[in-house]
Amino acid sequence: MEFETIIGLEIHAELSTKSKMFCGCSTEFGGEPNTRTCPVCLGHPGTLPVANRKAIEYTILLGLALNCEIARRSLFHRKNYFYPDMPKNYQISQYDIPLSKNGFLEIDMGDYKRKVGITRVHLEEDTGKSIHVGESGRIHGAGRSLEDFNRAGIPLVEIVTEPDLRTPEEARNFMIELRAMLEYLGISDCKMEEGSLRCDANISIAVDGVQGTKVEIKNMNSFRALQRALSFEEKRQKEIIIGGGKIPQETRHWDEAAGVTHTLRMKEEAFDYRYFPEPDLVPLEPDPQIVEELQKSLPETPGQRLDRFIRKYGLPKDTARVLVYDKKLGDFYEEAVAKGGNPVAIAKWLAGDFVGLLNEFSIKVENSPIGPHGISELILLVERGVISGRMAKDVLKEAFQSGESPAQIVSRKGLSQIADSEEIALIVERVVDDNPQAVRDFLEGKEQALKFLMGQVMKLSRGKANPTMASEKLRELLEKRQ
Amino acid sequence: MDLIEKDALTLGRLIARREVSASEVVEAYLNRIEKVESMLHAFINLSGDLARRLAAEIDEKISRGENAGEFAGVPIAIKDVLSTKNFPTTCASRMLENFVPVYDATAVEKVLSAGCVMLGKTNMDEFAMGSSTENSYFGVTRNPWDTDRVPGGSSGGSAAAVAAREVPWALGSDTGGSIRQPAALCGIVGMKPTYGLVSRYGLVAFASSLDQVGPMTLNVSDCAALLGLIAGHDPLDSTSIPDEPEDYLSELNGEIRGLKAAVVKELSGEGIDPDVLRCFNEALDTLDACGVSIEEVSLSSFEYALSAYYIIAPAEASSNLARFDGVRYGFRTDHECDDVWEMYDRTRSEGFGGEVKRRIMLGTYALSAGYYEAYYAQAQKIRTLIINDYRKAWEKFDVLLSPTSPTTAFRIGEKIDDPLTMYLSDVCTIPVNLAGIPAISVPCGLSEGLPVGLQIMGPPLKELRILNVAYALEQSLNLNMRPPI
Repeated sequence: MEFETIIGLEIHAELSTKSKMFCGCSTEFGGEPNTRTCPVCLGHPGTLPVANRKAIEYTILLGLALNCEIARRSLFHRKNYFYPDMPKNYQISQYDIPLSKNGFLEIDMGDYKRKVGITRVHLEEDTGKSIHVGESGRIHGAGRSLEDFNRAGIPLVEIVTEPDLRTPEEARNFMIELRAMLEYLGISDCKMEEGSLRCDANISIAVDGVQGTKVEIKNMNSFRALQRALSFEEKRQKEIIIGGGKIPQETRHWDEAAGVTHTLRMKEEAFDYRYFPEPDLVPLEPDPQIVEELQKSLPETPGQRLDRFIRKYGLPKDTARVLVYDKKLGDFYEEAVAKGGNPVAIAKWLAGDFVGLLNEFSIKVENSPIGPHGISELILLVERGVISGRMAKDVLKEAFQSGESPAQIVSRKGLSQIADSEEIALIVERVVDDNPQAVRDFLEGKEQALKFLMGQVMKLSRGKANPTMASEKLRELLEKRQ
Repeated sequence: MDLIEKDALTLGRLIARREVSASEVVEAYLNRIEKVESMLHAFINLSGDLARRLAAEIDEKISRGENAGEFAGVPIAIKDVLSTKNFPTTCASRMLENFVPVYDATAVEKVLSAGCVMLGKTNMDEFAMGSSTENSYFGVTRNPWDTDRVPGGSSGGSAAAVAAREVPWALGSDTGGSIRQPAALCGIVGMKPTYGLVSRYGLVAFASSLDQVGPMTLNVSDCAALLGLIAGHDPLDSTSIPDEPEDYLSELNGEIRGLKAAVVKELSGEGIDPDVLRCFNEALDTLDACGVSIEEVSLSSFEYALSAYYIIAPAEASSNLARFDGVRYGFRTDHECDDVWEMYDRTRSEGFGGEVKRRIMLGTYALSAGYYEAYYAQAQKIRTLIINDYRKAWEKFDVLLSPTSPTTAFRIGEKIDDPLTMYLSDVCTIPVNLAGIPAISVPCGLSEGLPVGLQIMGPPLKELRILNVAYALEQSLNLNMRPPI
């Protein structure tokens, strides 16, 4: 039997408009429950929706960035179902005529690329948030449920992919690519932990080219969870098939703690949403001129920026990826490069030590105590030989802690490295005299011994010796001894 | 001076000229209500104290020479389907028995800011579903012409209140005839404006694509005035028309000589009570005498209008009424429930009346997977045919005519157990809502002591034209109809 894993994704992203989709309430995250509400988003009798122009623009922008066709005439529909976090018991969404459809997004898997079809991108409103009090944590069996409608009515884009993904890794990479795209367009905060980016997946196993039964998985709250859930499900389905069993069509729930999926509802229990055109709203007819302007206003995509970083700055792909897939880090990088310093060195420092320190101190790029100017300064200090790379590491960490500029730290601590050849010669001579065994080893052809001797030089100079100069002097001296 | 015999325009002028105070006017109407309300039950909630306070404030403003609004001190009644800030809005349903909105409907805000004084919220069929006002949780309203009979519906409370002079005018809402049919049955003037002319913001939705707020008045001039007050673009209603409305009142002159009218064959033959037809035909003679040419036109799609309406309206209603679930406001079952689903079931079973539940079921069915194409989609096609039939008619005719209702006011209880017969009460008015055009019902005589209404339909936004036809007819007939109450 030959297996092929078939995966499609359905992604929801909250748009970062100032006001909600159909009323003037603030979209800001958090806040006392039910304070960012009004009669419209609470579904009071007699209220009517008025569509948010900016949200429509954002959706068109995303459609264009995903190479979609933009509808000349699009409709809002009502999706009817009862749930206590939905004030009207219907969600204003889009059905058969979404704002955009038929696009694609290419993902880079390192040794190959995959073009993933985008079925549709549509606009809808978010629901409120339920907290179910009780053992299950779900609505069934809840002792009581608390509702917060602050989120109700926030504009939400839904992105549906074709079943073009073949591995859980591809699914994860797709999400990274898409999140970066949303970030680059500046239309969503993309915070999975705050729920502003959510993803459901469909997965089936084709056997010898014959399509399998599709299973939907919900409740994956991080990219890692997405990959884990899909890997689990891939394995589970294959085992059933190998065991001669049949996969039922169902929706499964990912249990992050247990690392398994379990049945949420069977196909027969699927809702009939009774979609019909929303009579309270007029059809959306995007002005072709505005669509054209939006097309022109499209910013550089993450893929384009990656190419540029590699081409223009000569960065290795891996380093470039780290910078590009965090837009703010990419922006930081370009600012630092503009201030001066070798672009490859800056990239290496940012993707390495800098990101490490951000994580260590749990700081976001935009709040970094050392700015692009500081990083440029640090790299220039190394390039000019004022400090060594080793010293630069300490200076960077110090800068994170004290908030001083690298130059300030270097001068305060008297850190500038020894680049005086006389002084270095003295240190090297002393190391050679003090370590006859290592010298012998080297002379017998053990290159390893040179590293040890260099270490001793750095130790003696308390890290201040210019490594290039010291290394040259050391060889010179050893060759004389031969 | 018998204030309750005056129309709203006259009252407005008298108050503005300080010939009478707002308080005197309000007191006169509250006295009238005191006298007849127990026989009629036109109101669900009265706002007498509030009205007295407001009238006193208006009088003070006027005495200081301040502008208190175009219709300062003129009493008004509001159908209880329009949201009124800090005052109960029940939709005649147990579901909203104790519901107090936090905002005013746009139409309400407009009449209040013109200085009108609300005397109360009027009775109606629950959530505006019905043609007799018998479907009210709070009990039936009686027709001032014969209290054993219904006032029509669903705006039966507003119609009865105006006919009985409990208020000079009132606001109603019309989804399939809910202003025009009760206006006809109570012998007053009622108009459904072009869809989108009056904001629906704050009108508790029955069928969003059909609902319109409109005036219910003693005569055509008041109708023009009240329409002028409530018409106009509202940014809170996306379906609201952006155009500036016409000046209905100042251009109301009854000049209709040379207009071309046609009687709609499908709405004025079979199924129409012969005596209603007699009244209608006499009114046609009067119009003819006014210089209007009258032909007959057949609009064949109208045969299916009722069927289409009873798919589309319930479908939209099934969705619109989903929000009444006991979670955030309104009625919630007292019963101990195992989970939220049981709470929904019990709340909605106990909170809604029979007709509302029937329509929710009908609409849910029509929208269900596998039935949508056969019902909802087909009904929309019929709707398009009706729109096209009207469009063709406007190429030849300025206005179309029919009786407003196939019968005069029927007896309470006569049709309530037979929904299909009841639904036929709106057979003449429904095509107008499906096409979104304006229509007015104007009294055209009595049949066995009960009022008969004539419906004048016009092209979209031609309210002024149909008002002028109605005005000319009213002036020529000079009926001076007055219920015995």
